[in-house]
Amino acid sequence: MADRLDAALAVLPERLGWHVTLSASALVLGLAIALPLGIAAARNSRLKWIALGAAGLVQTIPSLALLALFYPVLLLLSGLAERVLGHGFPALGFLPSLLALTLYSMLPILRNAAAGVSSVDPAVVEAARGVGMTDRQRLWRVELPLAAPVIMAGVRTAAVWTIGAATLSTPVGQTSLGDYIFSGLQTEDWVAVLVGCAASAGLAIIVDALLGLIEAGVARRDGKRLAAGGLGLAIGLLAALAPLAVGALAQGRPAYVIGAKNFSEQYILAEVMAGRLERDGASVQRRVNLGSAVAYRALAAGEIDAYVDYSGTLWANVLNREDNPGRQAVLEGLRTELKARDGVVLLAPLGFENAYALAMRRDRAEALGIKSLADLAARAPGLTMGGDLEFFSRPEWAAVEAAYGLRFKAKRQFQPTFMYRALESREADVISAFSSDGRIAADDLVLLSDPKGALPPYDAVILVSPKRAWDQRLIAALKPLGGSIDVKAMQAANYAVDRDTGKKSPAEAAAMLAR
Amino acid sequence: MTDAIVLDRVSKAYDGQAVLRETDLRIARGRFVALVGGSGAGKTTLLKLINGLIAPTAGRVLVDGEDIASRSGPELRRGIGYVFQETGLFPHMSVAQNIGITPSLLGWPRDAIEARADELLDLVALPRDVAGRAPAQLSGGQRQRVGVARALAARPSILLMDEPFGALDPVVRVALADDVRTLHETLGLTTVMVTHDVGEALLLADEVVVMAGGQVLAQAPPRDLLAGHSDPVVADLIAAPRRQAERLAELARG
Repeated sequence: MADRLDAALAVLPERLGWHVTLSASALVLGLAIALPLGIAAARNSRLKWIALGAAGLVQTIPSLALLALFYPVLLLLSGLAERVLGHGFPALGFLPSLLALTLYSMLPILRNAAAGVSSVDPAVVEAARGVGMTDRQRLWRVELPLAAPVIMAGVRTAAVWTIGAATLSTPVGQTSLGDYIFSGLQTEDWVAVLVGCAASAGLAIIVDALLGLIEAGVARRDGKRLAAGGLGLAIGLLAALAPLAVGALAQGRPAYVIGAKNFSEQYILAEVMAGRLERDGASVQRRVNLGSAVAYRALAAGEIDAYVDYSGTLWANVLNREDNPGRQAVLEGLRTELKARDGVVLLAPLGFENAYALAMRRDRAEALGIKSLADLAARAPGLTMGGDLEFFSRPEWAAVEAAYGLRFKAKRQFQPTFMYRALESREADVISAFSSDGRIAADDLVLLSDPKGALPPYDAVILVSPKRAWDQRLIAALKPLGGSIDVKAMQAANYAVDRDTGKKSPAEAAAMLAR
Repeated sequence: MTDAIVLDRVSKAYDGQAVLRETDLRIARGRFVALVGGSGAGKTTLLKLINGLIAPTAGRVLVDGEDIASRSGPELRRGIGYVFQETGLFPHMSVAQNIGITPSLLGWPRDAIEARADELLDLVALPRDVAGRAPAQLSGGQRQRVGVARALAARPSILLMDEPFGALDPVVRVALADDVRTLHETLGLTTVMVTHDVGEALLLADEVVVMAGGQVLAQAPPRDLLAGHSDPVVADLIAAPRRQAERLAELARG
């Protein structure tokens, strides 16, 4: 427990720093756009209708989806820029997060700016014209000062929303306090989740209090409150950014960026690869919790240098193939086609598969005499099948169902952790497991064999980005990992991270594999 | 000598609804003119046309012989004092800042603005220590005095007032009206005041302009109006305060 807390707190300065940088940038940008727009909207009812409508619509998009949507949009724009201007820009990480959060922060600022300026007493507005003010002077000398408290209240709301929503920038590859929450949920590391929540909430509370001080200062024309709030914000901002600046000065740009998708095995393998590069003296940045499709595209675009993917996933999702020519043929096909299509290098298979496989409790399988999927088909009408959240909508399930004529009594969906528990408590008789999952050995489960080869192979392979294809240092560091991890070792490392007691961090589990 | 203010066949309509119809009006330099009439007569509209707060739908407005359509609105208004109904003081500025607003728009140096604010507080008979207060901390009569001071700050030759004493209690009202009349004399102003109080108009003004339905029905000195008028609307409007005055005189005689 104390170890986990220490581990979580060790990375707090970096995550907090990025969280503050991201939120503050989005807020400043949001303010720069929404404030003039809100003021213009106060003068023009049609603009007001359009602007508030659009901002309100953005607000109805779930913030996670908004962040996710910016990635393909930016990727497309980056591609266009590359074609027209000769070089693109990173579509992953800071930029999509910044843009999505900026959009998200605009509504309260826009709404309050429009409301604040419209609510200035018309008699005072007329007096401003009457004493000879131009439109601009009226805005700066009368309307904005009088609307300032309302506008500040909007900024406050926007700040709290933005700080909260910034935790969702983790899946598009931006380091933030959300890293604690996403990784913690995957590895069931509740200490990390709590640290992430507490830090994000604490940040929101402090910023809200300081902005509240400024709001009160503005409303009561109290210079002291205004100065105290402003000073507090400035000091807080500098304190949060200092570790990032120091880090950037000390290291410069990281030499390599290693990616990972959003589950334990990926975190561990990223640590294994990063560890080898770091032992060679290279600086490495880790971009974990990438969405499955995001990871490959980020690699092809050169935003990450290497990550581990699985042959069956690449075969189906990248090459859009539905056939299963066999393990070696799939690997060879990928090696040539990924290279030809995207310039991506399939460096080496690690030596184990993380395949979809149907699993049963050993006692139950033995009692029913089931060893293979063919055996299962005969018994299926009396059994309940449990799948993870996506399994029944994946092509693998359709293939297995068709090949063996599987007809279950019932099908239920579970979050992976609860899927294993359901098997234990007999709420499910068969589940969709991952063959490298540590819980298969720990819970003494049997994987049913697939004599018809309906399930594709899922060899874990290291992929290297096109721009690193000739990077001898990277290749030399990662190539020896080929064939070095068998499924037993991977299961053990995964279990060390996933189990309830005596949990290890992904880095510690990676050390187990390196030995 | 050119008239200070001339309206030449001026009309104003809002959404096709006429508020002022082909109105002609001449106000000579140095006069104190009161605009009277029922609500909806077009008094305030006429006043706002003079300093360009409202643009005419048709016709010309001349100030000091010059068509105001050819001048920039803000620049015109900086040269004409305007006292608003309900004062219209800026709530986020101090009394001194309110008084100094037009000089500051004109780019006067800071110390000249401060000196002018003190001078005007004396002129409108307010203690100098109200300079740093917020308008909300003053009484209604004090606020309206600040409104008058603000209108006079940049030394205009024309002063426009829209129901300046409307919200005040009678005692304060009479005192302030007398002070404004005195300021008009000493500063050599041309003053146009909108009021719904015909008695006040008759007592203060050199000339009374009677309006109804967006037209000027009469323009004459109080004495002439009291002597009787051919237009029944004008006659009715003047009759009421006169009867009141006669009854007051009877009461006073006992």
